[in-house]
Amino acid sequence: MKAFARTPLNLEKMKTPQGQVYLIPERCKGCGLCIEFCPREVLRESAAINAKGYHFPEIAPGKETSCVHCQFCTMICPEFAIYTEEATG
Amino acid sequence: MTQAIVVDSHPLDQILRADRMPHIFCPGCGIGIAMRCYAQALLESGIPQQRHVVVSGIGCTGRVAGYIAIDSYHTTHGRAIPFATGLKLANPNLMVTVFSGDGDLAAIGGNHLIHAARRNVDIKVICVNNFNYGMTGGQCAPTTPLGAIATTAPYGNPEQPFNLPYLLVAAGAGYVSRWTTLHVRQLKQDILRCFARPGFTFIEVLSACPVGFGKSNSIADGLEELQLYRERCVIADGVPLEEMGIDLRENRPIYIGNFIDRDLPVYHPVSLTT
Amino acid sequence: MHGDEACAEGAIAAGCRFFAGYPITPSTEIAERFAQRMPELGGVFIQMEDELASIAAVLGASAAGARAMTATSGPGLSLMLENLGLGVMLELPCVIVDIQRGAPSTGLPTMVGQADVMQARWGSHGNYSIIAYAPWSPQEAFDLTVLCFNMADRFRTPVVLLGDEVIGHMMERVVIPPAEQLPRWERKRPTTPPPTAGPYRAFEPDPDDLVPPLPHAGEGYRVHFTGLTHDERGYPDMSGEAHHVLVTRLNEKIDRHVEEITRLEDYGLEDARIVVVSFGCTARSARRAVREARARGIPVGLLRLVSLWPFPEAVLRELAQRVDTFIVAEMNLGQVRLEVERCSGRPAVGVHHAGGEMIHPEQILQAILRSAGR
Repeated sequence: MKAFARTPLNLEKMKTPQGQVYLIPERCKGCGLCIEFCPREVLRESAAINAKGYHFPEIAPGKETSCVHCQFCTMICPEFAIYTEEATG
Repeated sequence: MTQAIVVDSHPLDQILRADRMPHIFCPGCGIGIAMRCYAQALLESGIPQQRHVVVSGIGCTGRVAGYIAIDSYHTTHGRAIPFATGLKLANPNLMVTVFSGDGDLAAIGGNHLIHAARRNVDIKVICVNNFNYGMTGGQCAPTTPLGAIATTAPYGNPEQPFNLPYLLVAAGAGYVSRWTTLHVRQLKQDILRCFARPGFTFIEVLSACPVGFGKSNSIADGLEELQLYRERCVIADGVPLEEMGIDLRENRPIYIGNFIDRDLPVYHPVSLTT
Repeated sequence: MHGDEACAEGAIAAGCRFFAGYPITPSTEIAERFAQRMPELGGVFIQMEDELASIAAVLGASAAGARAMTATSGPGLSLMLENLGLGVMLELPCVIVDIQRGAPSTGLPTMVGQADVMQARWGSHGNYSIIAYAPWSPQEAFDLTVLCFNMADRFRTPVVLLGDEVIGHMMERVVIPPAEQLPRWERKRPTTPPPTAGPYRAFEPDPDDLVPPLPHAGEGYRVHFTGLTHDERGYPDMSGEAHHVLVTRLNEKIDRHVEEITRLEDYGLEDARIVVVSFGCTARSARRAVREARARGIPVGLLRLVSLWPFPEAVLRELAQRVDTFIVAEMNLGQVRLEVERCSGRPAVGVHHAGGEMIHPEQILQAILRSAGR
C-alpha cells in the first residue's frame, strides 16, 4: 500500500464540528476581514452599528448552522472582537 | 446556533490588558492580528507568563507592548533590541521578545538589528512590516518600495528598499522567516518555534497599513491588501534570497516561509565561574 | 591604580555585575577592566555596537534587577542622552560615567576637559533633575562610584559620574575596603505580591520620598514601563494633568533631597572673605592656590563641589551673605560659574580654560590676589 503522508480520515467516524459565534460589538472596527475570510461565509455586515459607528458582523440568513468552528475569524480579527467555540448539544 | 452571542470578553483577554481595549490601531491594520498570534503563542508556549517579557520601540507596532499583560517595556525609537539584550543577559531565565515595526527596527534601529543578529543574542524579534512609518502618518521607511507614494515622497520614493530576510541572513541571523497577517496559523506556529529555539530569531510579518501606505499606493483597505496576500503569497522553496524583495503594486509572487534555520553558537557573555 | 580602574572597581565593590559600553578615550580602560573582571565574578560584560546600544542595554539590565553601568566620554554621552531621559522616565537606576575630555566635538580625545557639566544636567530633552558627582582623585573615583550606585537605587534614577581625563589616567593609592564594609542602599522593592487583576502600580510613589518601589522583570508583576507620559500603573496617559503630575514628581524626587545627595569639601571657609569654588582635577590647583594665599594672610577658602547636581544652592546662598567674592576655577568657559552667580546673586570671578591643559595654581592665586586687592 502506498505510504501516505498522513493516514487518511475515516469519513464515517468524522463529525463536522458545529461552531457558536461570540461577538464583542464595541471592539469591532468594521474592517470586514472575518466576513471575507470565513470559509463558510457565515458572517455578513449587520445594519446595526456600535458606539463608534462601525457595522459589526452578524450571522448571514440561512447560515445559522454553517459555522464549523474553524476559528479563522477568531484568528484574523485584529480587534479581539469575535471568537467561536464548539457548540454544545 | 441561531445568532451570534454578544459577550463582553474574549478568551485572550487573560493575556491582554483588556482594560485598555479597544486598541489604537486603525480599522484593517494588521498589527492587531500579529499581536493576537503572539498572544496566542504566549499562552501555548509552555513557558510561564511570568518569564515572558515583551520589549517594543516607537511606532504603531511599538504600542503592542502596552496591550500584552506581561512584563512589557515600551522603549525609545530603535532601541528595543539593545534594551532587550540587556534584559536577557541580566536574567537569562526570561524569554524576551522584541515586537516592533519596520521603521523602528530597520531604520533608526538598523545598527542594533544587524549586530544582534550577528551576535546571535537569545532574543526573539517580530518585525511588523507595513512598508511605511504609520504612527507619524505614512512617511517612507527603509522598506517602502521604489517609486511608492508617501507623505515624504509625494513624487515617488527615490530609494531602493531593504529586503529584510536577505539583510538578516547576511548579518548572520540563524533563523529568519516571513509571514503575513493572513497566515495566522503559520505565524503563531513559527513564534512557538522561535520560543523553543535558542538564539536570535527574526520573523517579518507583512501587514496592511491602509491609512499610511495602502490608500496612497492604490490598495483601498486592509481587506484588499490581505486579498493581495492570498493571491500572491507563495511558500519559498529554493528561491534565492535576493529575489525576496516586495512591491505590492506589482503582481509578483510574495515569498514567505522560513528562509534559514541554522544552528549557530548562541551569544553568552564570557564567564569563568560556570 | 588609575582613576578609570578605580571607578570600575568601585562599581564592582558596589555589586555592579553588568557593564555595557563602547570604547572611547579616555574611558576605555573602565570597559577593559570590566572585560577582565566580570567573567571572574559571573557578571556580564558586553561591548555594544555604539553608545546608544550601551545605555539601552544598561537600562534593560536594570529593569531585570541588575546594578548596571556604562562608561563613556563627551561624544558618547551626547549619544546616550535620549536614553538617559528614558532612564529618568522609567525611573530605572543606573550609573553613567563620563570621563570628560577636550570638548566640543572630537576635541582633544586624550586630554582633560570639564565642559560636559551642563550637558550632564540639561543634555536630554525636557525638565528632569539629575544627580552627578565629580571625583578629584582615583580614591574618590572608587568611593563616588559606590555612592552613585547607592543614590541611583535610593532614588530610582540614573546617576552621572563626571570624571575627567586627568583623574581617569592618573595613578594614586586607592584603598579598597572589604565589600561588606561599604554602605549598600538596596532598591526599594514591592512589598506586596503581584496583584491578581491589572498591573502592579510600578509608578505609585511613596508619599514621603516620592520614590516608587521597583518591580523587576520576571517576578509576575506584569508591569508596563513606557517612555510615554504614564499614570501610576504605568499606562500611557496623554493628559496634560498626568504629565504635570509625573514630571513634577520626577524632579521633586531629586530636588527635595538635595541635602541628602550633596557632597562638598571645604577648606578654610570659616573666616573666608573670598571663596574659590572648583571641582574635579582643577580643585587640586585651587587647593594649592588657596593654601598659598592663606599663607600670605589672605582670608580665602575653597569650596570643592563633590556633587555638582543637584547644585547646592542653599550652601552658596548662605556663604554669599558673608563672602565678598566668589572665584570659580573650572576647565570650561563658565558653566559652574553661571550657577554660582545665580545662587550668590552677583557676578563671580572666573578662572577658565577651555580644556586640554590643567589650570595652573598660579593663575588661581593671581585671581585671589587681585580680588584681595593685593
